[in-house]
Amino acid sequence: MSKFRTLALSLAVAGTLAGCAGPNPRDPFEGYNRAVFNFNDKVDEYALKPTATVYKNVTPGFFQTGVSNFFGNLADVWTAANNLLQGKVGDGMSDLMRVAMNSTFGLLGVLDIASEAGLQKHKEDFGQTLGAWGVPSGPYLMLPLLGPSTVRDTAALPVDITADPWQYKDPVNVRNTGTVLRVVDQRAALLDASTLLEDAALDRYEFIRDGWMQRRNSQVYDGEDGPKDKQAKPEVEDEAPMQPQADEAPKQPQAIMPEPAETKPSL
Amino acid sequence: MKLIKQLIAVATVAFATSAFAAPAPANEAPDALVKRISSEVLETAKADKDIQAGNQKKVMDLVETKILPYVDFQRMTSLAAGRYWREATPDQQKQLAAEFRTLLIFTYSGALSQVKDQTVDFKPMRSSPGDTEVEVRSQVNQQRGEPIQLNYRVAKTDAGWKIYDINVLGAWLVEAYKGTFASEISKGGIDGLIKTLSEKNKKLASKPLKTAGK
Repeated sequence: MSKFRTLALSLAVAGTLAGCAGPNPRDPFEGYNRAVFNFNDKVDEYALKPTATVYKNVTPGFFQTGVSNFFGNLADVWTAANNLLQGKVGDGMSDLMRVAMNSTFGLLGVLDIASEAGLQKHKEDFGQTLGAWGVPSGPYLMLPLLGPSTVRDTAALPVDITADPWQYKDPVNVRNTGTVLRVVDQRAALLDASTLLEDAALDRYEFIRDGWMQRRNSQVYDGEDGPKDKQAKPEVEDEAPMQPQADEAPKQPQAIMPEPAETKPSL
Repeated sequence: MKLIKQLIAVATVAFATSAFAAPAPANEAPDALVKRISSEVLETAKADKDIQAGNQKKVMDLVETKILPYVDFQRMTSLAAGRYWREATPDQQKQLAAEFRTLLIFTYSGALSQVKDQTVDFKPMRSSPGDTEVEVRSQVNQQRGEPIQLNYRVAKTDAGWKIYDINVLGAWLVEAYKGTFASEISKGGIDGLIKTLSEKNKKLASKPLKTAGK
């Protein structure tokens, strides 16, 4: 019976997902994603953002810095592991050094003295590691409460969660309080950015999707132009007819606005 | 080893940045240009209490005088519009570029009013002397959190080097707008997009630069 229910449920989900296949090949689940996006937005509007605003205005700056450093230090452990998994030994060792310095001289990570000493903080997760190993990102996927992701990164998520040291913190009430504090602190750090985003975007859903997908790809390749996923770049076909066009006579008077060349600069 | 390398890199950049605070030479290199603009803008923003308080007029003035002369909005808009650019009439192109320009000025001004204690480091440029399109790479260091990646695509024009795309946190601005532009155009044509942009700009014009985010 329960098996049947699972089957029915997964069929229903698959049906919903397939039913809203949008025009954007990177975002075939747009209908579902938009629904989750709106849900997340409401949670943010009524719970997270107000809490984060109060947190930012009420608690002293050194406390906020301490909180973000403390959890940042815990995250550095997994970042180091992922850098090593990706074969970036230099970065991985540097991350381990950061953890060692910050956990001791930095009073359990509350002070980020490693950054001041010139060891730059990195941020790596298992999704990026999979990407570096060549796993394509797959379509865009909006996760409830967690926000933008891709199919690949969602598959990697359980690994990231298992590897988070705070998951194993005892007692449970300390762990839960810490988790809430961590989320609120992270949201507080984004308050200015989210205001900017609202100003810049015509359609916030699309703007966040298109910006986030690029950013994620850039994270996987550490800011370099990686081999672009062909299926993840629908614009390619748009730009292709540009080249022959250049030899033909322009279709319309272009005197006022000469069309710039569409070639991307090489690095 | 890496630490030493980074220290040397940071020291070099710090030296280079201070050296470029001097007035602009006629045929400035693209990276020198971007460095000069960003240090001028950051210094002005940090020194000016009105700007930090969100004085819209002052921020706009700063953007207008220090940044706009070096940005090729025409090209930026044509890239964001993609293949639809060729379908637009010259008049539509003009309007679209003007509205997009206004939107970007509002956004940029909002970002500027948030400047507090940030510093900018430039990375060595990878290009050869004959290049007419280069990428200038920098990062903004803040007191909290990771540095923010900030790259510029700069192209040589008759009027000197001009910025035509900006990368924030790994995402190119033009690319980020491309999807929205395409879907707005498919909904209401190029005029529809122009209308959406101008409505957005009107909304932004009537609202203070600094909002609840403070």
